[in-house]
Amino acid sequence: MKSDKILLDHGSGGKISHRMTRDLLLPAFNNPILAELNDGAIFELQGVRLGFSTDSYTVDPIFFPGGNIGELAVYGTVNDLAMCGAEPAYLSVALIIEEGFDLGQLEAIVSAMGRAAVHAGVSVVTGDTKVVPRGAADKIFINTSGIGVIPAGVQVASHQARAGDRVLLSGSIADHGVSVLASREGLSFQTSVQSDTAPLNRMVRAMLAVRPGVHVLRDPTRGGLGTALNEIAEKSAVGIRIREDRIAVKAEVAGLCELLGLDPLYLANEGKLIAFVAPEDADAVLAAMRQDPYGREAVLIGEVIDQHPGKVFMETRIGGTRIVDMLTGEQLPRIC
Amino acid sequence: MTGKHMAEYRDAGLARQLADRIKRASRRPVRLMEVCGTHTVSIFRSGIRSLLPETVSLLSGPGCPVCVTDQAEIDAFIEVSKQPDVIVATFGDLMRVPGSASSLQAERAEGRDIRVVYSTMDALAIARNHPDKQVVFLGVGFETTAPTIAAAILSASAARLDNFSVLAAHKTVPPALEALMSVEDVRIDGFILPGHVSVIIGLNAYRSFFGRHRIPCVVTGFEPADILQAITTLVEQIESGTPRLVNAYPRAVSEAGNRKAQEILAQVFEPADACWRGIGLIPSSGLRIRATYAAHDAGRRFALKTAEARPPKGCACGDILTGKKTPPECPLYKKVCTPMDPVGPCMVSSEGTCAAYYRYHY
Repeated sequence: MKSDKILLDHGSGGKISHRMTRDLLLPAFNNPILAELNDGAIFELQGVRLGFSTDSYTVDPIFFPGGNIGELAVYGTVNDLAMCGAEPAYLSVALIIEEGFDLGQLEAIVSAMGRAAVHAGVSVVTGDTKVVPRGAADKIFINTSGIGVIPAGVQVASHQARAGDRVLLSGSIADHGVSVLASREGLSFQTSVQSDTAPLNRMVRAMLAVRPGVHVLRDPTRGGLGTALNEIAEKSAVGIRIREDRIAVKAEVAGLCELLGLDPLYLANEGKLIAFVAPEDADAVLAAMRQDPYGREAVLIGEVIDQHPGKVFMETRIGGTRIVDMLTGEQLPRIC
Repeated sequence: MTGKHMAEYRDAGLARQLADRIKRASRRPVRLMEVCGTHTVSIFRSGIRSLLPETVSLLSGPGCPVCVTDQAEIDAFIEVSKQPDVIVATFGDLMRVPGSASSLQAERAEGRDIRVVYSTMDALAIARNHPDKQVVFLGVGFETTAPTIAAAILSASAARLDNFSVLAAHKTVPPALEALMSVEDVRIDGFILPGHVSVIIGLNAYRSFFGRHRIPCVVTGFEPADILQAITTLVEQIESGTPRLVNAYPRAVSEAGNRKAQEILAQVFEPADACWRGIGLIPSSGLRIRATYAAHDAGRRFALKTAEARPPKGCACGDILTGKKTPPECPLYKKVCTPMDPVGPCMVSSEGTCAAYYRYHY
C-alpha cells in the first residue's frame, strides 16, 4: 500500500529506509563523499584523513537494562567513527528535551554521557540544548556528532570486501534489541538480558595495529547482522556465506525472539562489530579482538564467495542452506 | 522451552540422519502440506527444503492467521480505527496488511490511535487506563490465541470494563482441513498438522477428519528435527500405503488437549460460518462472541459500514493458501508485491508463505 506519509518503516534501517536515502536524500545533497554511504564520512582536509559522523538517538524506554539513551548516544557515534577506521577524538552533543521532563532523569542521562566519554577516551567539546512544548518531542532526543583522524595506511570501507575474505564477529547478537523490546512499556514479561552498549574504538585500534589492511568494519546496529551483511554484499558486489552455528545468540535472547516471532539476525546491537579481513590476516585480527573486553567471544562466522554478488547465504545448524535477506521494514511481532 | 531443550531438537546430527532416512524411503513424488505458518517459517529458516529429495514437495497451507483473514474483515478493522474516541489495540503483524483502500499503518500515520500490543491483557490495561475511550482489540488467530481473548472478555465482563470490546475474526483449523479436501485441483498426500493449535484442541479433534479421508496426518513441533521427523513418518506411511494419525509432539500435545482453554473458549465463543481469504465460506469455521457477552463484541457495538471488498486483482494468495500455486507462480510476486509494498496478506505476515519465499528462498 503506497502512502504519502512517513511511516515508521522509513526509519527501520531496512530496505524502505534505504530507498528513501537513495531517492530523496542522496540527490538533495549530491556529493561523492556522501555517496559512499559509510557509517561516517571519510575525507581529507589539508593533508589529514578524517572520519566524521552524526547520529540522532531516540529510544523507548530511555532507561533500559544495561544502559540509557545517554551512553547509547556517545558510544553510537564513537563506534560509527571507529568503523571508518578513525580514532574518535571530539564529540558534539545536542539535546532536544520535552517540557516537563524530569530533571533527575536528565542529570542521570548527562552524567552517564560524561562517564561514557571518559570510558571511550573522547571529549565532548561543543553542544546545544533546546526545550520544546509538551508533546512536541517524546521526553528526550539526543544528537551527537564526532570527528577523528584516520591513521596512515588504514583504508576501511564497506565496498572493500573481496572473495576469500574471512568474516569475523565480536560476540553474541541481538542483546540490545531484545533488552529494549523487553523493557518497553506494555511488554509485561521480564528478562535479565542486558543491552550490549559499549565503545568499540579500543578494539578497532588493536585490530588495525596488528593488521592495518582490514577491508571492512561495521557495527550491526539498527537492522542487525542480517542487514549489515547485505549492505556489504551489495556495496562490494560479492556473495557472503555464513554459518548459523558460529553465530552466538544468548539462550534468553533466543527464547524471547522465538516467542515473538522475531529473527535475532535483524535485531539491533550496540556493542558488536563485524570485520572482513584477508584470509591470512584472520587469526591475528581475531586474536586482537579477543584481547579486548568487548571482543572476548569473537569468532569467525563465514567468508566471502566469488558467486552470487549481493546475496548472503547461511548454512543452517542442520546443514541446510538458506538466504539471509535484508530487513524490509520494522519487524512486527506475530500473532501466536 | 529452555535453550538446552531447543538445542537438542535442533541437533544437527539427528536432523541429518532424518534427512538421509527420507532420501532412502522416498520413491514416489509426494506433496505434503504444512498447515501452520510457524512451521512454514521454521522450514525456511532452517533450510529444510535444501535437504529434501526432489520427490518431496512441501506446500504451505492456510495456517497464517493474517493471511486467511478476509478482505472484508481487514476493512472492518480499518473502519473501526476511524470511529470517534476509539483506541485500537492489535498484534503487530496486522499493521501493514492492505485493506481495500488503506492499512492500519497508514491510518496510524494519519493520526488514528492504533497501538501494537503483545497480549490481550495489555489491551485490557489500556482500557482501564483510558475510561473515556473505547478500546477495541482486533481478534485474529486460531485456537491458540482465541482462548486468551476469551479470557480477556471474561475479565472485562467480571470487572465491568464496559469500554473494552473485541472485533472477532477468529478461525478454527479442523473445518479448514475439511474444506481443503474438497477444493478442486488440490492434491495433498499428507498433512503436517500444527503444534500450538493441537496443544489446545488435542489429537482427538482430528479423529473424525482422519476417519473420513484416511490421509496421512502427523502433529508435530517446531524444531527442525520435529519437522523432519514428521516428514519421515508421512513419507513412510505413503510408501507403505498405511495412513495414520500420529502425534509426533507428545511432549506438548495430548489426546484431549487443554480442557480448561477449551471451556473458556466455549463459554465466550460459539461456532459460526466464516470467510477465509482464497478459500471462501467454510461452515462453522469461525468463532462468534456469544450474546451473553454482546457488550464486549465490537461487531455489535459499532455500526461498521464497509463497501463490498474484493481481493486485489492478480493476487494469487487464494491459490497459494490452498497449495495450488507456489509464490513464484503468482504474476505479482517480487514484481508488484514485495514486503515493502505488499498486495496480498501472504506477503505481509512474517508467517505468510510469500514473505517466507521472499526472505529465505533462492
